[in-house]
Amino acid sequence: MMNKNLYGHILKVLKSGKRFDGRGLTDYRKISVETGVTKTAEGSALVRIGETEVMAGVKLEVSKPYPDTPDKGTIIVGAELLPLSSPEFETGPPGIKAIELARVVDRGVRESGFLDFKKMCIEEGEKVWTALIDVCSMNDAGNLMDACYLAAFAALKDVRLPKFDGEKLDYKEKTSKKLPLSADDPISVTVVKIGEHILIDPTIEEGKVIDARITVNSKKDGTLCALQKGEETPLMPEEIVEMVDLAVEKSKELRGAIK
Amino acid sequence: MTNEVLVKDKDIVVPGELLAEGMGNLPGQGTYRDGEKILAARLGLVQVDGRTIKLKQLAGRYLPKTGDTIICKVFEVNFSGWRVETNSAYPAMLSLKDATSSFIQRGADLTQFYDIGDNVVCQVTNVTSQNLVDVSMKGPGLRKLAGGRIIEVNTNKVPRIIGKQGSMIQMIKEATKCNITVGQNGLVWIDGDIDGEIVAVDVIKKIEEEAHQSGLTDRIKEYLSKVKVK
Amino acid sequence: MGYDKRIDDRKVDEYRKVEAKVGVIKRADGSAYFKIGNTWAYAAVYGPRNLYPKFLQNPEKGILRCHYNMMPFSSGGDRVRPGGSRRSKEISMVTKNSLLPVLDLSEYPNSVVDVFIELPQTEAGSRCAGITAASMALADAGLLMKDLISSVSVGRVDDKLVVDLDYYEESYPDGPVADVPLAIMPGTGEITLLQMDGEVEKDDLKKLLDLGKKACMEIYEVQKKALKERYEQKQGR
Repeated sequence: MMNKNLYGHILKVLKSGKRFDGRGLTDYRKISVETGVTKTAEGSALVRIGETEVMAGVKLEVSKPYPDTPDKGTIIVGAELLPLSSPEFETGPPGIKAIELARVVDRGVRESGFLDFKKMCIEEGEKVWTALIDVCSMNDAGNLMDACYLAAFAALKDVRLPKFDGEKLDYKEKTSKKLPLSADDPISVTVVKIGEHILIDPTIEEGKVIDARITVNSKKDGTLCALQKGEETPLMPEEIVEMVDLAVEKSKELRGAIK
Repeated sequence: MTNEVLVKDKDIVVPGELLAEGMGNLPGQGTYRDGEKILAARLGLVQVDGRTIKLKQLAGRYLPKTGDTIICKVFEVNFSGWRVETNSAYPAMLSLKDATSSFIQRGADLTQFYDIGDNVVCQVTNVTSQNLVDVSMKGPGLRKLAGGRIIEVNTNKVPRIIGKQGSMIQMIKEATKCNITVGQNGLVWIDGDIDGEIVAVDVIKKIEEEAHQSGLTDRIKEYLSKVKVK
Repeated sequence: MGYDKRIDDRKVDEYRKVEAKVGVIKRADGSAYFKIGNTWAYAAVYGPRNLYPKFLQNPEKGILRCHYNMMPFSSGGDRVRPGGSRRSKEISMVTKNSLLPVLDLSEYPNSVVDVFIELPQTEAGSRCAGITAASMALADAGLLMKDLISSVSVGRVDDKLVVDLDYYEESYPDGPVADVPLAIMPGTGEITLLQMDGEVEKDDLKKLLDLGKKACMEIYEVQKKALKERYEQKQGR
């Protein structure tokens, strides 16, 4: 209701094949990825998509494995919509938007087998590596979902394991050892629907009038690893297939940005 | 007695920066006096006006002022009228008697006039010491906006975007064939063809960036002549 | 023996390498970051804006709220649990008290100016870096301010009085240590933040404050330059 005027005007504009900022419906804004931005994290990245900025950091720790997976390491993903990044965000514990972000990033990394959890085992039943991934929004100009995943992905690739002598972790000494990552490079792309139009990389304004969205995580070879549908409007199977195809196609562009 | 002006016109100064020493100058807007010194009271652009030193404000959110024409958004409808967002820290009240020249019948459904989410052009009629704000929509040009999009600009740059007697904004309207309404509160409504809108937004952002450079009007004129809009 | 050589060869009155940039968070009304050594603080200002709940409102002037937070990956050791701590709440408060004296919020009754400080990387001197960044962000937001606030830590390591203690010096094992975070108004030299942890001879306190003032004045030049650069760039100069 608060945005019915905007919705009407955006629909009118999308019909012409363009958007408010002159982009085509399937164009990403300028993407940049910088890694190793903070020295205190074992791996870190700063991702920019247009003016959206997200920083991700990975801290490594050695802990006891879960009892049902004694030979596997694991990840824990946290996401914070920092009040610094938007007038809409408040201080306090993560709300549902941040929780969804964290869980979708987690699913993308975990279900794709990006990290070989078995190779993160140090001593079965006793000691495994846990990667603590935290993504923080620095400036929200729309499409935090894709920026958050890309930042987490780049940060994981950037990780160098700290020295572990079997008993103690020495964070001050980083080895040259990297995390056991697969070469499949799973990437997340969010595709949205406004009226009957399908587009990617929504801005803040477009984000206000989205009818439905799907975030798709896919490997280099096109295998799908994770899906998340959001917003309230239902989708027909044909639409979902169309949106997923677009997501897989666009994931190549995001992969290219990582170099 | 020494009297020294330490800055010149168009210098950028930071809060607390020493602008002049001695009693021969007057502290204007954006400056303050501390003993014999005149200092900057905010980040600003120096304007030397005879013996008065003042600062042009470069940044800062809008503060409602009586007489301003602003673009607002309705967020609440109640018995006595509508409450609107003003793109500032202060919402405003649009009461029944100031809403329209049409007759509003007792017990009428007020959302028929202005509904939640509607954008309206109104005029600030009163601001109390507590910054309680009243607006009115009775007057030329004051109306509900339909269609179009709204962008936000730095409220301090609005005069430059409008230009002397509206000359700048008129130039943009003609070149882009768009309807444009500029609110003193930093909200600008643009409605036209998508290509015209894209150019209009681009030009307005450009003016915002280069507001204090000389020769801006000519540069904008040249830029607009290059981008032809059907 | 005493403390002869600082770990990075700095002189006793030398602070670590600094870097400042203004206008780094586009959605904010004002923003900046400040780096000193390996400590990096972002500050973003939103306001004046609506303040709810109503009972927090001050009918005479706007209020200032500061929120200091270390990002989860900002520590050289374990991950920092999000959600703040008693330490970060206290730092938020002293930060607010260090900035308020220069602000004039009388034009904005019943509203709030929010300052958010986030650190992606900390290695001693984080609250000072936060205050230095916040002061630039407040100026960038166009607020009425009679001066900036410049902040750095001073202190004592064994037999030496030093400026800008780093992580090693804060926990120096071979002698007494004192850490004194300090913030001043460059125009008058008035002190708006003063805390101390450790042991200091009473007669050394004045020396420390003088040392701190001198360092803060230099940091003030860095802040000034960063603010002007942001706006001069916009003017195409």
